[in-house]
Parts: sequence; structure tokens; C-alpha cells
Amino acid sequence: MSGHNHMKLSFASRSENEAFARITVAAFITQMDPTMEQLDEIKTVVSEAVTNAIIHGYDGSSEGIVYVEAEIDGDTVTISISDHGKGIEDLELARQPLFTSRPELERSGMGFTIMENFMDAFEVVSTETGGTSLKMKKRIESKKALFN
Amino acid sequence: MSLQVELEQHRNVLIVRLRGELDHHTADIVRFKMEDAILRGRCDHVVLSLKDLTFMDSSGLGVVLGRYKLVKSRGGRMVVCDTQSSVKRLFELSGLFKILSFYDNERSAVASLEVVS
Repeated sequence: MSGHNHMKLSFASRSENEAFARITVAAFITQMDPTMEQLDEIKTVVSEAVTNAIIHGYDGSSEGIVYVEAEIDGDTVTISISDHGKGIEDLELARQPLFTSRPELERSGMGFTIMENFMDAFEVVSTETGGTSLKMKKRIESKKALFN
Repeated sequence: MSLQVELEQHRNVLIVRLRGELDHHTADIVRFKMEDAILRGRCDHVVLSLKDLTFMDSSGLGVVLGRYKLVKSRGGRMVVCDTQSSVKRLFELSGLFKILSFYDNERSAVASLEVVS
């Protein structure tokens, strides 16, 4: 697959939509002919980011809106996930493995670590009033390319 | 997308089979069902059987870690068996692989606990 394609999604910050978001993004990138492992990685990072927006950005309220965009450019997919909720106070701290701002919710504190591990590039912009925006990139070597 | 929780008691071992996808949305069901069975039942140990768990993210890790702490605080052991590769990878990445024991199937997982008790 070559060329350029993109999609945009917005939905209510309800936990039911975590599965909806990851399955939709996974379906979108199947045109890149990814391996099962790459598909699992994409599903996991989308799930992590959307869950963060719902739990931390909107404090579990279903009144917020989560935005997901995916863009395919050649063999690279860029996924952006953002919210207009409460931003992250201390980004450095949030990125530490096992850190969680909500221990009472039984969070593992592994969300950022997983996203950084599964993607090739990862950046996060967060402001106290403007919400949080994550942008991640991953190169998908298609199965066909591996065989040729 | 949903998650089914199947519970089976085998002497003092609670076998918990998860089928489907474990994320933040489905985590509560697992938490409540396991908590209830562990606190009310007469089980000392738990086998988490994950053959049909097709997806798990860090919310799932949180629930597993929470139940592990509960079982341990009551003097029991929790082991995991039959994990699919994507789920196993998350256990490895999080370091949970080091504190939980993993088995290929339910039989060997249950057997490992019967030796303990």
C-alpha cells in the first residue's frame, strides 16, 4: 500500500467507546497489510490513549468528547488522540513506569510505557485548560514486503 | 465487545476463565466477580485462565495486579495459564511476569497450587 489516506472520529467519553475506537483504527490500518502483532500493538495504544482521555481528561464523565485521527502516509501511520479535558499536571512524572495519579482506581500506571514501547515515535502536549493531545507514529512493514 | 467471566472452584483453588477483551470498560466485572468469589468462597489460591482472552491493556494489568495483592494478603497464590502472545507480551512489559507464575494449561497450573497447599 502506498499513498495517502486519513480518517477522523469523535465520540462521547464513555468507556464502551474504548473498544469501538481501537477496533475502528485497527480496521482502518488493515489496508497497510500489517502483521497480527502490529495490529495488536495499534489496538493497545489506542485503547490506552482513549482510556486516559476518559479517566484522566474527563474524570470519568461521559459529557466529554474524544477525538481520534489516523493518517497513512506510505508505510507510516500517524495516530492522534486528544481531549478537551483537564490536562496532565506533570508530564515527566506521568511518563514514569508504574506512576498513576489515581491509585484508588487500581490503575497499573503502565499506559505511557506501553505506548512508548509499541510505537516508533510518541509525543504528548498537555495544557491545564486545553486538554491533552497525543501524537504517535509507527512504521508498518507490510507482510508482502517481508516475503519479497 | 464484551467479556465473560467463568468461575469454577476446584477444592481450594478458584479457576477464573476470561473470554473476550479486558479493558477499562470490562475491568469492573472481573474485579467484582473475582472479589466476591475470593472473599465468600473457601478458596486459597487462584488460577487465571486466559486461553480465550483476545485483548488486554494496562487497565487489565491493574485488575490482575489488584487481585494478586488480595490473594497474597490472604496467604494464597495466584498463577496464570494459557496466555495468548499479545497478552503475554503485556505481562512481560509490565514486569508482572516476574511476580506471577505462568503455566501452559489449567491442569499444570492447578497442580502447582495443590503442591503448595
